[in-house]
Amino acid sequence: MTVSNNGTLNSRVPDGNLQDKWDNHKNNLRLVNPANKRKFTVLVVGTGLAGASAAASLAELGYNVKAFTILDSPRRSHSIAAQGGINAAKNYPNDGDTIWRLFHDTIKGGDYRSREANVYRLAQVSNSIIDQCVAQGVPFAREYGGLLDNRSFGGAQVSRTFYARGQTGQQLLLGAYSAMMRQVATGKIQMFPRREMLDLVKVDGKAKGIVTRNLTTGEIERYAGDAVLLCTGGYGNVYYLSTMAKNCNATAIWRCYKRGAQFGNPSFTQIHPTCIPVSGKYQSKLTLMSESLRNDGRVWVPMKKGDNRPPNEIPEEDRDYYLERRYPSFGNLAPRDVSSRSAKYVCDEGRGVGKSGLAVYMDFADSIKRLGADVIRARYGNLFAMYEKITAENPYEVPMRIFPAVHFTMGGLWVDYNLSSNIPGLYVLGEANFADHGGNRLGASALMQGLADGYFVIPYTLSDYLAENLHSEKIGTDHEAFDKAEKETTDRISKLLNVKGKKTVLDFHRELGDLMWDNVGMSRNRENLESVIKKISELREEFWKDVNIPGENNTLNKYLEYALRVADYMELGELMARDALDREESCGGHFREEHQTEDGEAVRDDENFSNVSSWEYKGEDKEPEKHVEDLNFEFVTPTQRSYK
Amino acid sequence: MTIHLKIWRQKDSNTPGRLVDYTLDDVNPDMSFLEMLDWLNERLMNEGKEPVEFDHDCREGICGSCNLVLNGMAHGPYEATAVCQLHMRKYKDGDTIVVEPWRAKAFPMIKDLVVDRSAFDRIMAAGGYISVNTGAPADANAIPVDKYNADLAFDYAACIGCGACVAACPNSSASLFTGAKISQLAHLPQGNPERKRRVVRMVDQMAEEGFGDCSNYAECEAVCPAEISITSIAKMRREYFNALSEIE
Repeated sequence: MTVSNNGTLNSRVPDGNLQDKWDNHKNNLRLVNPANKRKFTVLVVGTGLAGASAAASLAELGYNVKAFTILDSPRRSHSIAAQGGINAAKNYPNDGDTIWRLFHDTIKGGDYRSREANVYRLAQVSNSIIDQCVAQGVPFAREYGGLLDNRSFGGAQVSRTFYARGQTGQQLLLGAYSAMMRQVATGKIQMFPRREMLDLVKVDGKAKGIVTRNLTTGEIERYAGDAVLLCTGGYGNVYYLSTMAKNCNATAIWRCYKRGAQFGNPSFTQIHPTCIPVSGKYQSKLTLMSESLRNDGRVWVPMKKGDNRPPNEIPEEDRDYYLERRYPSFGNLAPRDVSSRSAKYVCDEGRGVGKSGLAVYMDFADSIKRLGADVIRARYGNLFAMYEKITAENPYEVPMRIFPAVHFTMGGLWVDYNLSSNIPGLYVLGEANFADHGGNRLGASALMQGLADGYFVIPYTLSDYLAENLHSEKIGTDHEAFDKAEKETTDRISKLLNVKGKKTVLDFHRELGDLMWDNVGMSRNRENLESVIKKISELREEFWKDVNIPGENNTLNKYLEYALRVADYMELGELMARDALDREESCGGHFREEHQTEDGEAVRDDENFSNVSSWEYKGEDKEPEKHVEDLNFEFVTPTQRSYK
Repeated sequence: MTIHLKIWRQKDSNTPGRLVDYTLDDVNPDMSFLEMLDWLNERLMNEGKEPVEFDHDCREGICGSCNLVLNGMAHGPYEATAVCQLHMRKYKDGDTIVVEPWRAKAFPMIKDLVVDRSAFDRIMAAGGYISVNTGAPADANAIPVDKYNADLAFDYAACIGCGACVAACPNSSASLFTGAKISQLAHLPQGNPERKRRVVRMVDQMAEEGFGDCSNYAECEAVCPAEISITSIAKMRREYFNALSEIE
């Protein structure tokens, strides 16, 4: 493995004071004059918050936008499922919030594994996002006086979270979608639904187009553009079960990785502590229960292994409220990564509950006794109803069963301060990039990042690149680079369809998911990581020999789509394990058992790992090469988190 | 438990479709309806047969992708529940379930249970927005909105765009969908400047797409997983009438 920290990775963070960097940078970015904007075509892949906001904003400026989604409408992208809210440093409640404080909370929450300048900019533009969304008609919660309401979220000390009941993501996405549809009506955006990007086309080292599969007809299509924006979300579905939607996938970013785009911190995954546990092998998807439940729910498991009594028959002295015991000052509100890991440990000890033994109780009995059922109903009524719908158990009477689940990937394609990957003309926005959340994402900041990238960063930074390329030759879809990319894509599809093996795609995906969850999940160690790299590679080999894909290419064929995605997970999973093995420290969601204190707390190694690991593809059957971007903390001092 | 299924299979819009019988004898009551279809598809593929195509994505009732009519009811028999949130424990051992796609002229067939709902996007493009460019609008608190109207706007904005309203309507009308967006924006001061233009354009587009008109059956409200009220249709009509009388 080679380590380099010069040449390939220039973060392009501007000089100067943290507070002035973004403004100064904007002063220096080149502009494209209005008459020239219409000469450029921008391909936007993915239409969630990042993609829809970018597509709308760029079309408003006069660029020609082609927007692609794998779904039948941009309005269904998975940003829609975000519940909690979106942070901004408005300080409307007068409780002491500032841009600095939002920045500081976010970079500390990320366990000091993100860039100061990026995170500060995120906090800076957060307020404009709220203004923009309100102007679009997003119905945020309001007070009786007519002004916007805020709440505290995820243990924050200030109330900076804006929300629209439990459906904030839906309302923000529909706002961005409406802005997009307005541009569709003007003709500045051409919408391509049910299209999946299967390759990136590069000419002279620059991104110049994409190859997609029309998911209705199976046709392979070519689109040329002056820049490509990847807004394709996270890759949590590598684990098979996650809170992601079924169609979320890693193919677009993975195909770009294989064309030379570097992948930053692939092992950084967030595992959320409060999800409804798996109920059987047929389970296809996990559902998140809002973190706010931990304000009143007490988490426990039986003291003794194999105690199968119903929870209400287990007396107080036979219960272990393990979070309260281990973290007396934070108790049930210990951070996401710490809570998730603790649940895993008690289940590993055989003290897990429910049929599978992979769950812990979250018990509201004490709160109901103290506050009354009506108060609990007012606070969590909708969540309790959702829980009952899925599990058929009444949480007012029996404790909820919860278990951690994969929820977000902080890793993603490496980008510089301009959101440009190391391939000129290829930009990566939202969850698809690695940039702003470091080792762990705070609640209510994913929506903020997606919209910041799309509304307020890319319109500036993209013009700089396009201005520079005003006179470069336009590439048509008849260019040989398109021929080559199309051929490789059709070859891959025929190869898959011709395997005609015995096992279904789902069988393979489940197996991969188990390997990833057990070895590259909440708790990782060298031995397991080394062996899982081998196992994934064997599974991949078996996949290409024995997968059974039904039907034809030239029609709607969702299992073929799925197979192409799983083929990429088989490679990405290995890179995630490799990155986890290489990072000899514990930070944020990445916990290496070798790097912990005597009482089991994470130990970061700032001396050697205050950096971004960025991986470069070197060819089939070759080990990827690691590059390093050092993180320099000029304005904050990294500290060790403690919740004792 | 054992479940008998009669599922609509159709190769494409040019080939006639038909109901095909399947029986699953190992359905777990904790499965969701879509997980049961996954289960069926696994079995079909293991037998070398083609799986059933259906649209789905978030599987938590918010994306609006899933679109199944079960025994004649859009999204199945339970109120305020998208079919992805319906669990098999709601059925009895031995039940027979007829599974069909949305049926409407404006939703052309693609394959099996998958239809094309892009007409909804075109209705939105006709006016379902507030014309504000990305930039620096006024501070978010510059325009107070009274809580009553803000909450009402949210109720209408909760539409998930699934199209169950169209599937349930004897006229295949998209009035609940269109009315929800018009009502959301009509209850907000931000929506005022374009209020008249919006309602006329969206209603006209709805007709152009081939959706029928509303005759107040209220079937749409009964099946809506987001519990959108038909007061939105009344609101849409009032807005339309006002707009026309003034535009004249």
